[in-house]
Amino acid sequence: MAKIASSKIQSLPQAVSELVHDGDVVALEGFTHLIPFAAGHEIIRQGRRDLTLVRMTPDLVYDRMIGAGCARKLVFSWGGNPGVGSLHRMRDALASGWPVPLEIEEHSHAGMANRYVAGASGLPFAVLRGYAGTELPEHTDTISTVTCPFTGEELAAVAALNPDVTVVHAQRADRAGNVQLWGILGVQKEAVLAARRAIVTVEEIVDELTPVPGAVVLPAWVLDAVAVAPRGAAPSYAHGYYDRDNAAYRAWDTVSRDREKFSAWLEKLQEDAS
Amino acid sequence: MSTWTADEMMTVAASRSLRDGQVCFVGIGLPSTAANLARRLHAPGLVLVYESGTIGTEPDELPLSIGDGILADSALSLVGVPEIFNYWLQSGRIDVGFLSGAQIDRFANINTTVIGEYDEPSVRLPGSGGAPEIAASCREVIVVMRQRLRAFVSQVDFVTSVGHGSGPGDRGRLGLRGAGPVRVITDLGVLEPDPESAELVLTAVHPDVTVEQVRSETGWELEISADLRITAPPTEQELSTLRGLRTVGVAS
Repeated sequence: MAKIASSKIQSLPQAVSELVHDGDVVALEGFTHLIPFAAGHEIIRQGRRDLTLVRMTPDLVYDRMIGAGCARKLVFSWGGNPGVGSLHRMRDALASGWPVPLEIEEHSHAGMANRYVAGASGLPFAVLRGYAGTELPEHTDTISTVTCPFTGEELAAVAALNPDVTVVHAQRADRAGNVQLWGILGVQKEAVLAARRAIVTVEEIVDELTPVPGAVVLPAWVLDAVAVAPRGAAPSYAHGYYDRDNAAYRAWDTVSRDREKFSAWLEKLQEDAS
Repeated sequence: MSTWTADEMMTVAASRSLRDGQVCFVGIGLPSTAANLARRLHAPGLVLVYESGTIGTEPDELPLSIGDGILADSALSLVGVPEIFNYWLQSGRIDVGFLSGAQIDRFANINTTVIGEYDEPSVRLPGSGGAPEIAASCREVIVVMRQRLRAFVSQVDFVTSVGHGSGPGDRGRLGLRGAGPVRVITDLGVLEPDPESAELVLTAVHPDVTVEQVRSETGWELEISADLRITAPPTEQELSTLRGLRTVGVAS
């Protein structure tokens, strides 16, 4: 069915309901900046299960989704609470299978970034200088080697990532659903272009996207849904809108450590929605 | 007479190891603090690069994460994550990689993945992040981490980032283009790879630290350099500048 530009803007619950299915490979991207927390919370509220969650830095958003039982598998390259410590819900799922068992597929940042590049480029794999001498290739079957046909040099090869759905957060969109994001750019452009379906949440809808230096613009026609979610990246941040709530990142450590405290947090998330 | 903590001595010693004008790929935590200290003291022209794609950043407070807004606000250039790793790091444009870790071994291999077996670890650590390629591709690597017996082991449980592999010549055989770790700065002293064996030996102790103390926190038979140095104590300026560094959004 042809995509009609005017239909791109919809509510977040509607976008998640229509575009994120049980069992999907789902990537929520945003490298410290513009992490799509509101969308992650909506996926929790709608009770999605058996997801393969893909993300370079799982961060608090995947700690919460894993703790809520959304995930069957995690594909990642750095799983911590930056500057604070561990993701305890992720650790609990790995060690004890609580609330459900979690498989992992582990890469380095360079490997993950290049997997998205390959996915966005329509290639089956990417080449990089990486992983040589490390132990990850023994445990991760999406890491291999390839011989350069020109020099004979052996290089690392990583399988392309093509998520069923990628979700990112951006500063703003126009009424047609063209999206503009700036500041730390992360891997969002690649993750969106690698995906079969894409959802973007934005701080606001504006009449016109005035140019911003260094900004990425994602045209409406590569997106499936654009939803307004003010402060939708908090407690991470949206450059030019609000700062990273470092105190909240520290406070999460206490909640995340304890199943009961986490369960209370989860209950509150559900209540806040109703 | 001023006093200082072992952590402060470590951070000061690490900051001194960075030279003005170098281009430094900075890991979060101890390396970030030391690099930002160096930029305020003897190395105002130190170029800080973070894996979030911030190039030439000059934060006036310490970031809590590698992607805090303060890094973007003060950066000369902002690029995406694939670009920072491919064009800037992999291509060999970075002088110094500044790393930390949970475990390091006698050949300066670093583990940030698991303690114990991979499939059933006793501790699950955050994982690789940018470290494996930083360790592979920077011209040289400096490691800063606290020296504890459980962290300084004969052989790491998991090789996340390659130091000198299993000995001399390994980096070349693996196709790693940078020189690898040239110095490990701890809260007790400084270890450097022996030019012949590539094994870390003790080349300096910090003031009031004994060789025995360092040996008791090292999990292999630590060799002592013939010309063992004693680190110069932190100056008043180093200490006051370090203590003046504030982390964004964290009450002091």
